[in-house]
Amino acid sequence: MTESSTMLITVQNITTALKDKPGALLPILHAVQDALGFVPEASVPVIAKALNLSRAEVHGVISFYHYFRSTQPGKQTIHLCRAESCQAMGGKNLEHHIKNRLGIDFHETTTDGKFSLEPVYCLGNCACSPAMQIGTEIYGRVSPESFDAAINESEELV
Amino acid sequence: MSFTIYVPCDSSAISLGADRIATAIAKEAKKRNIVIKLIRNGSRGLFWLEPLVEVETSKGRIAYGPVRTSDITSLFNANFLEGGEHALSLGLTEELDYLKKQQRLTFARIGKTDPVSLDDYLQNDGYKGLTNALNQSQAEIVTAVTDSGLRGRGGAAFPTGIKWNTVLNTPSEQKYIICNADEGDSGTFSDRMVMEGDPFVLIEGMTIAGIAVGANQGYIYLRVEYPHAHIALNTAIEKANQAGYLGDNIQGSGKAFNLEVRLGAGAYICGEETSLMESLEGKRGLVRFKPPLPAISGLFGKPTVVNNVISLASVPIILDKGGNFYRDFGMGRSRGTLPLQLAGNIKHAGLVELAFGMTLRELLYDFGGGSATGRPIKAVQVGGPLGAYLPESQFDTPLDYEAFSANWTVLGHGGVVAFDDTANMAELARYNMEFCAIESCGKCTPCRIGSTRGYEVIDNIIAGQDLGKNVPLLRDLCNTLLNGSLCALGGMTPYPVLSALNHFPKDFGIDDKPNVA
Repeated sequence: MTESSTMLITVQNITTALKDKPGALLPILHAVQDALGFVPEASVPVIAKALNLSRAEVHGVISFYHYFRSTQPGKQTIHLCRAESCQAMGGKNLEHHIKNRLGIDFHETTTDGKFSLEPVYCLGNCACSPAMQIGTEIYGRVSPESFDAAINESEELV
Repeated sequence: MSFTIYVPCDSSAISLGADRIATAIAKEAKKRNIVIKLIRNGSRGLFWLEPLVEVETSKGRIAYGPVRTSDITSLFNANFLEGGEHALSLGLTEELDYLKKQQRLTFARIGKTDPVSLDDYLQNDGYKGLTNALNQSQAEIVTAVTDSGLRGRGGAAFPTGIKWNTVLNTPSEQKYIICNADEGDSGTFSDRMVMEGDPFVLIEGMTIAGIAVGANQGYIYLRVEYPHAHIALNTAIEKANQAGYLGDNIQGSGKAFNLEVRLGAGAYICGEETSLMESLEGKRGLVRFKPPLPAISGLFGKPTVVNNVISLASVPIILDKGGNFYRDFGMGRSRGTLPLQLAGNIKHAGLVELAFGMTLRELLYDFGGGSATGRPIKAVQVGGPLGAYLPESQFDTPLDYEAFSANWTVLGHGGVVAFDDTANMAELARYNMEFCAIESCGKCTPCRIGSTRGYEVIDNIIAGQDLGKNVPLLRDLCNTLLNGSLCALGGMTPYPVLSALNHFPKDFGIDDKPNVA
């Protein structure tokens, strides 16, 4: 079976399981992204049909929410907080360091496919600013040095 | 002999290594053949001391912190399991000044108990409020909440009892309770701490709300940035279902209330209640026109209570101890307590639950200990990204909804972000406009276009271009946003922008031209 048909089967199974929930679209999109790492464009017609929506409506929802992505992310996604509390504690310097270190801007993926960098507006870790998340791991009081240590550690895991 | 040790499972504590500490303690104990009971509690909210490890002794719980994995061997050598002296000893937890000076009502259990242990919850006054509520009429429950003076803790400060009363009196086969757990404001984390540190109190509060207004379905709309809260809530909901505290026959009363957690997807605007409901319905989070009020026509067109986490988590103690008990805290029309969150550039960042009325200065210096960098505090943003920056001259404002609005500032959800004198307020104002542009739902023009024009104009001001034209233009634009936006995102972004401009004109390059602004 091809990769894309496996992918569509996954989307179909998720959609069938969740479509009868009230307001099912977000739970479906979350489940698809959890399973595949993103919401592929090819999944849009499958979801639209099951929910009796137009493809435009489904596409509109995916594009509205920052969290949903329609392209494959890197093996690890780094969410860096840009909000005020982190800015008060050197967040901008950290942002420069991370972009230089990875050689990418926000919404980009490193050429080796290891890391994607996304901005986030608050991780609720404001008492330990600046904060970031790598995968599901949350980090507080991040310095350029502790960032390097954290990605070296997760590079070993990748 | 077995020892009981507490290592927080709060995500801020985890972000500082609490999981590694817990593993290291378990490993070291095993190596030494010591039997320990390791409990992952919520955080006490003293984040400069996290990871804060506590041990149970005959005198009470003794705290050590901030603990690093390299301290574990020496802690065991110092016999910390029996409260032995160590460089990291902080003494009895309850005697810590920061905690002792607080008035913890909503946060009464947080840090003390295992968050997902229903037994712990029941042994520490849990479900007393629900038990009382089940013996009261719906109107009596609503009256208790009204009498308590509780106002929406999400930021808008609308009286909770009045909202509930509207839903109670709107006839419908189906009604809903929504918990707004989309805590997107920078500098706020009290909702997260409740959900991670005492999820049952939120579940109990929502159950009481459901019984009070006749709603049998509740949703917790949780931001996706809170994975630990998601797990804690789902675990607690499952346990509450199993024990008959949720479901179709709550504690044999014949009353039903079911609860489900739904995840947001990184849209700040979905913290606005009508946008949140659109999102729950599976749509783009576009803000709705009001009226109709959600209390009349809310989720799926049905009467809906939408309350913030802290509002709902304050309900159990009100039903347990009575509306008057809660109302006796506070000042003026701000009754009860507010869990304040000290964040940003502050030495002792953390959670401070206090009755309304203390001044911002006392909070910043008596609790916060001044800035983390040791430099003067230049400005404080209170109330999230839509709240004004307060300069030093406003630090004596009492923490009270009315006192803040009299100053054209916002107490909001109680988030307090401090900046030292290295902060550039023009750049922060630019960021506030950019944030509004990124997060605008796009439905109304002032917010959608005004925010982009806003940071463009501020860019020009920062570049020193034609201040005589651009500063009035920025003020004019802010005026349009303030008065023409559909919701608080566009309507309040001018608060931080204009407060920065008014109090720190020098940062905008207009110090020597006072007439320009």
